[in-house]
Amino acid sequence: MSRKGRRLFFIGLILGTFGIALGMVLFALRGSVSLFLTPSELAERQLSAGARLRMGGLVKEGSVVKLGPQSITFIITDGTKDVAVSYAGIIPDLFREGQGVVAEGVLASPTSSAVNQLRADSVLAKHDENYMPREIADSLKKQGVWQGGSPNSSPAPAQRP
Amino acid sequence: MIIEAGHYALVLALALSIVQASVPLYGYWRRQPVLMDMAQSTAVMQFIMVALSFAALTYAHVVSDFSLRNVVENSHSTKPMIYKISGVWGNHEGSMLLWVLILALFGALLAIFSRHMPQVLKSLTLSIQAWISAAFFLFILLTSNPFARVGVPPMEGQDLNPILQDPGLAIHPPLLYLGYVGFSVTFSFAAAALISGRIDPAWARFVRPWTLLAWIFLTLGIAMGSYWAYYTLGWGGFWFWDPVENASLMPWLAGTALLHSAVVMEKRDALKVWTIFLAILAFSLSLLGTFLVRSGVLTSVHAFASDPDRGVFILAILVFFIGGSLSLFAFRASTLRQGGVFAPLSREGALVLNNLLLTTSCATVFVGTLYPLFLEALTGEKISVGPPFFNMTFVPIVIPIFFLMPIGQLLAWKRGDLLAAAQRMTVALIVALLFGLALAAWHGEPVLAAVGAGLAVYLIVGSFVDIGGRIFVRKASTSQMLARGLGLPRSAWGTAFAHAGVGLSLLGLAATGWGVEKIVTLRLGDQIDLGPWRLELTKIEPRPNSNFDALVAQIQIRDGSGIVTQIEPARRLFKTRTMTTSEAGIATLRMGQVYVTIAEQNADQSLDMRLYWKPYVSLIWLGGLIMTLGGGLCLSDRRLRIGLGRAAANKGKQKPNAQPHPVAAAE
Repeated sequence: MSRKGRRLFFIGLILGTFGIALGMVLFALRGSVSLFLTPSELAERQLSAGARLRMGGLVKEGSVVKLGPQSITFIITDGTKDVAVSYAGIIPDLFREGQGVVAEGVLASPTSSAVNQLRADSVLAKHDENYMPREIADSLKKQGVWQGGSPNSSPAPAQRP
Repeated sequence: MIIEAGHYALVLALALSIVQASVPLYGYWRRQPVLMDMAQSTAVMQFIMVALSFAALTYAHVVSDFSLRNVVENSHSTKPMIYKISGVWGNHEGSMLLWVLILALFGALLAIFSRHMPQVLKSLTLSIQAWISAAFFLFILLTSNPFARVGVPPMEGQDLNPILQDPGLAIHPPLLYLGYVGFSVTFSFAAAALISGRIDPAWARFVRPWTLLAWIFLTLGIAMGSYWAYYTLGWGGFWFWDPVENASLMPWLAGTALLHSAVVMEKRDALKVWTIFLAILAFSLSLLGTFLVRSGVLTSVHAFASDPDRGVFILAILVFFIGGSLSLFAFRASTLRQGGVFAPLSREGALVLNNLLLTTSCATVFVGTLYPLFLEALTGEKISVGPPFFNMTFVPIVIPIFFLMPIGQLLAWKRGDLLAAAQRMTVALIVALLFGLALAAWHGEPVLAAVGAGLAVYLIVGSFVDIGGRIFVRKASTSQMLARGLGLPRSAWGTAFAHAGVGLSLLGLAATGWGVEKIVTLRLGDQIDLGPWRLELTKIEPRPNSNFDALVAQIQIRDGSGIVTQIEPARRLFKTRTMTTSEAGIATLRMGQVYVTIAEQNADQSLDMRLYWKPYVSLIWLGGLIMTLGGGLCLSDRRLRIGLGRAAANKGKQKPNAQPHPVAAAE
């Protein structure tokens, strides 16, 4: 192979690899990232069932129903809108009614119904009085129900599938 | 008094680093060898000063001096001694001090172990090194002073974050920092080469041990961090594609690429510009990691406190060094002349492909880590990029690397024979196929796990094909073969072990597909089957401790013949911070692990728990250890020690073909 041919080969190889990688990245960014929303923001959007998202807010007082040893339903609220969440797995230690929570999962029913349903596959709870996921702190502040100090945060590693 | 001395030593270190940064550079400009030589003594002194400063902070933590804000916020008088010491770097200020301590350590080592190095290269490298340390000394003194006092000292401290109260804290951060900061040396070498415009195979030879050293520690640090997360976070995962993990993976990928491209440069005088670029890239990514973790832009247990000033300061350091080095690169790279030519199908070609795939995979991690941050900054929209993204982008790019690794080793320099290489790989392919089929028959679904395990075995066996070919020849007696094996250069063994280590980790990863996971509620005396084991809950008891109360469950593990071992998963309630942590009960059995975490006790005395059987999971970290063993063997290769003086003496007239044939030499 001539010097020119070698050079063309390597340039082609490099461009090809980067091109394929770019394609995969763009494709993956469309399908496999999840939005962080509050219940009100979800109500404003028309998302189809099956969309992945992270839902942040407070666990509504009196809404936690324990269906079995490792299966619960509860309602995430931001004061104006509610979202019903079902979750199977060990509940995080600091999961309590009236406390901040982030549930990540799949939207179960079309958003047109009265209350959105989320099938959660992971639930993050407030970690202690000072440590809280930043997303929860931000959304609580936005809704004016923030009570804590600075949002020094650590992700409460609750459950992952 | 000791505290003030420590503070003062840090200021002195800053002053020394400014001298070390400027005087040798001026000396280089004015051709004054005496001024250039100053770099060495200042580097050593600088390290001594930082070490004194670090010792002072450690002293304050050990004696629980609550007049120091850093101690108040992160310590407690009842905290066990090991966490009083390791707690020194379990906070923002202290961890930055550890960062500069290691930076100064590398500077001092460079000054001491560089006798054979040309003076220009040595003093310029040390000067750049001092620029970096000066920036970080300023950062610590201006925004994160660990020696700040409180007005009225409290009687008691606020204790260390319970998640950090683990032996891992004593090991993981120092190892990781040795890796991160180790790449500063290669960065300084690259900048020095660009400034002097002089770069040759001898340069690659000087840089190689430092790259290897940084790579070994980074590998160990990442493996250790992964195992720590695995046993402490309680859901049995070992890699979460968390931005903080990605921050350490990116320099590792760039550093691995650098390690391989430097070989091409050393042996064939090719890929110079690219190698320089990788050296800059590896440390730039380390700096980026430091920025991501220390600035508070990320939500993580690693980000101790967020303070906008610090973020802006580190960002400024980041921009200065990355921007500065890349501009230097843009201006000067064209002056570097390209060396040896090679055919696409050759060892060099294979290493180019390796570099291409490694940097591309690094780029996908980069996008996945920073895209959410950019998006939030620009549009305010919050998204999370999780494992699905990386499974769709990173994984497809690295799988070809696993396929090509053993083949690349068999290709000759300059012009290789792919067919011959493929033929020599048939043994590895057959073994892998049989092994994959056997595992599939034994463990069953999922097929993907068996395929992955087959690929891993191919990689492990394939890594030794090259060495095997050099040792086993016809009509040679056992002792002759042994002599041939011992006669091989250590780097050949190191390469084989490092590559096999990757295969071993891959085997552990693939085997996760055969794992068993159960969520159950057990009462005292209940039994449950988990994979090949039977577990029985034999005891639940409270166990008070100095700074926490624990609830411990005792679980016996049995196989068909009797009790194998027992584990004690626990929950700990830390008194000072009223925070609970979960301690997994782990037993390593036949390379796999039984892993149990418990929830709080129910009202009826039963316990909710999560049980896992993870076959071969320990191979993931064992593979990491084998990789570092390989790196260590390469580091001890005589070519790196003996060649140094000679290479420096007659640089400019290299041997036409530097590839020695060790077997021929041994005979």
